[in-house]
Amino acid sequence: MLWVDKYRPKTLDQVMVHEDIAQNLKKLVTEQDCPHLLFYGPSGSGKKTLIMALLRQIFGSSAEKVKVENRTWKIYAGSRTIELELTTLSSTNHIELSPSDVGFQDRYVVQEIIKDMAKSRPIDIKGRKGYKVLVLNEVDKLSREAQYSLRRTMEKYSASCRLILCCNSSSKVTEAIRSRCLNVRINSPSEEQIVKVLEFIGKKEGLQLPPGFAARIAEKSNRSLRRAILSFETCRVQQYPFTSNQAIPPMDWEEYVSEIASDIMREQSPKKLFQIRGKLYELLINCIPPEIILKRLLYELLKKLDEELKHEVSHWAAYYEHRMRLGQKAIFHLEAFVAKFMSIYKAFLIETFG
Amino acid sequence: MAPELQSSQPWVEKYRPKQVKDVAHQDEVVRVLTNTLETSNCPHMLFYGPPGTGKTTTALAIAHQLFGPELYKSRVLELNASDDRGINVVRTKIKDFAAVAVRSGQHGGAYPCPPYKIIILDEADSMTEDAQNALRRTMESYSKITRFFFLCNYISRIIEPLASRCAKFRFKPLSGEIVSNRILHICNEEGLSLDAEALSTLSSISQGDLRRAITYLQGAARLFGSTILSKDLLSVSGVIPQEFVDALYAACKSGDFDLANKEVNNVIAEGYPVSQMLVQLFDVVVEADDVSDEQKARICKSLAAADKCLVDGADEYLQLLDVASNTMQALCNMPQEFSYES
Ligand SMILES: Nc1ncnc2c1ncn2[C@@H]1O[C@H](COP(=O)(O)OP(=O)(O)O)[C@@H](O)[C@H]1O
Ligand SMILES: Nc1ncnc2c1ncn2[C@@H]1O[C@H](COP(=O)(O)OP(=O)(O)O)[C@@H](O)[C@H]1O
Ligand SMILES: [Mg+2]
Ligand SMILES: [Mg+2]
Repeated sequence: MLWVDKYRPKTLDQVMVHEDIAQNLKKLVTEQDCPHLLFYGPSGSGKKTLIMALLRQIFGSSAEKVKVENRTWKIYAGSRTIELELTTLSSTNHIELSPSDVGFQDRYVVQEIIKDMAKSRPIDIKGRKGYKVLVLNEVDKLSREAQYSLRRTMEKYSASCRLILCCNSSSKVTEAIRSRCLNVRINSPSEEQIVKVLEFIGKKEGLQLPPGFAARIAEKSNRSLRRAILSFETCRVQQYPFTSNQAIPPMDWEEYVSEIASDIMREQSPKKLFQIRGKLYELLINCIPPEIILKRLLYELLKKLDEELKHEVSHWAAYYEHRMRLGQKAIFHLEAFVAKFMSIYKAFLIETFG
Repeated sequence: MAPELQSSQPWVEKYRPKQVKDVAHQDEVVRVLTNTLETSNCPHMLFYGPPGTGKTTTALAIAHQLFGPELYKSRVLELNASDDRGINVVRTKIKDFAAVAVRSGQHGGAYPCPPYKIIILDEADSMTEDAQNALRRTMESYSKITRFFFLCNYISRIIEPLASRCAKFRFKPLSGEIVSNRILHICNEEGLSLDAEALSTLSSISQGDLRRAITYLQGAARLFGSTILSKDLLSVSGVIPQEFVDALYAACKSGDFDLANKEVNNVIAEGYPVSQMLVQLFDVVVEADDVSDEQKARICKSLAAADKCLVDGADEYLQLLDVASNTMQALCNMPQEFSYES
């Protein structure tokens, strides 16, 4: 088991960051009338961990006995039948799914599948009616239609079902949904908190950490706890005993983007653009999301640029990412950004150096 | 709506008025519907207005008061955006429901039980135009025995032929006073104490949306105990603490791009919604005395553009960085030599 899973705290009392939120969540579920919850915050900040611990708090250890299923639903949509496939993770009292996985048909998941799940009400051994919990991941990726469909379901079946929604970017969740939930913001842990977790894991694994080693990993983690723990484990695999100057390996794809940035700075020509296109494809094929590529590329370029160009370049990054969202082929927009950059930079060079 | 379950429902449901007369602030519609209860006359209705102002509440209340619990199921059809409301469903489901004749002489005891059925189309603005068109004919063919209630946020999304057949009622955002009264009522029932400052904070952050106000109140009560302070409410509402907004604004003023970038990164890492940051940044800019109108205009233009992009699903970091960069250029009177039109 990877350390990220092995050292994921199981209960609200065991968490090492967000302790205050964990204690608050505990209070929240003492009563039966807990509202719907929306967890939001950057990836790797600890949302999933808190949600899992919360389920355990509500339902006891049965919440951990989950089964993973690939299920197919047949949905009659007027004249045609649609088949939807989704992976669900469920225990007796809860079901977890990512409705956005089915793409543009996500509203059927909300209208048919989720509504069905929300309707039926679990009854406990003593015959009391309880409620079940539906965990929906990546709600920020749901289409508007699907989000609208969710609104009334959240009200209508609130006696039998609580929703726990999880997302990175709460700006993309409609106001209608946000106002029907208690919003729980999970911020990225600070570097000090990350160090604390790394040292804890180090101790459990019986490792000697040179001074400042954990701090260096934390610094490179971009405040993502997941990322910090993953690179800590990679370091362990690469070299142990640790040395104080041991390199913290960057992610492969990041190195690759960094090379692309250097390429662009070195030469601005159609030929180069063509080569870079191939490299961008390579990244996309390896399932690096295009907006992540664009942001990383911007990050690398900003490091190398004069103050006056930074404004312009970051504007175009925002511009092309937006276009990418509206369009369908990410590669076009990534390439357009690179081309735009080349032309700006070339003009700048000519103006400055003649 | 079964009463036995109420205690386990979130407060928004628990405190949903069950009778038309308890709907606050929407006097006109309450007057018309009170009349309906006496005379049983009811036109088709169109309720429109912002969220959390009582549209669904009012429609459900009148339906319950007209038919009572026994007949409710056979006389009232509630369809909302969580139901598939494509053309076919409109054609079949609504027709099937409308077509079954109302048996006369059916009595619901103390309830008026007028001789028609009610079809509530909640969130009607998310129906396609085609589906709305399909409804026209249904509405006409069954006009004697059905009454339609259309509920929506935006009246402009309801096609004219439907809208023109209805009595239209605009649901106004609730006034601060009304919100406060409802909230105090709930506090009373739940044994909470809320001081004057907290109460005014709550009505200002909920902006006339009572659903939001109640959700925040319950969140704060569960998280921070039965004495609720203004800051507890702010923390559950997602309002960004002013120091973050000020830090970003100061960074823009400094003219140092890297500093602004750092602040933007910080906002993202803290998980604050960028859409909310834009709102609060707007307030700071508009109120600043040392910023010229022209500078303000430049900044607001950029805020508006970013807001639109976010609605389209654009990346939060890139949009905020762009706003910060534009704000900096405006505040520091940097010329925009390059044109942003592509
Ligand atoms: N509160 C916490 N205390 C200690 N470790 C945590 C905590 N939250 C998360 N982690 C660690 O960080 C990893 C990533 O967290 P996760 O909850 O999956 O993040 P998210 O869902 O926000 O992307 C987890 O696998 C776990 O090892
Ligand atoms: N005018 C009102 N009078 C009393 N309570 C209201 C009013 N408007 C909203 N509420 C409260 O807010 C909640 C949401 O109202 P609802 O009628 O569902 O809003 P919408 O207008 O979005 O359909 C209700 O449960 C109720 O508690
Ligand atoms: Mg996650
Ligand atoms: Mg409503």
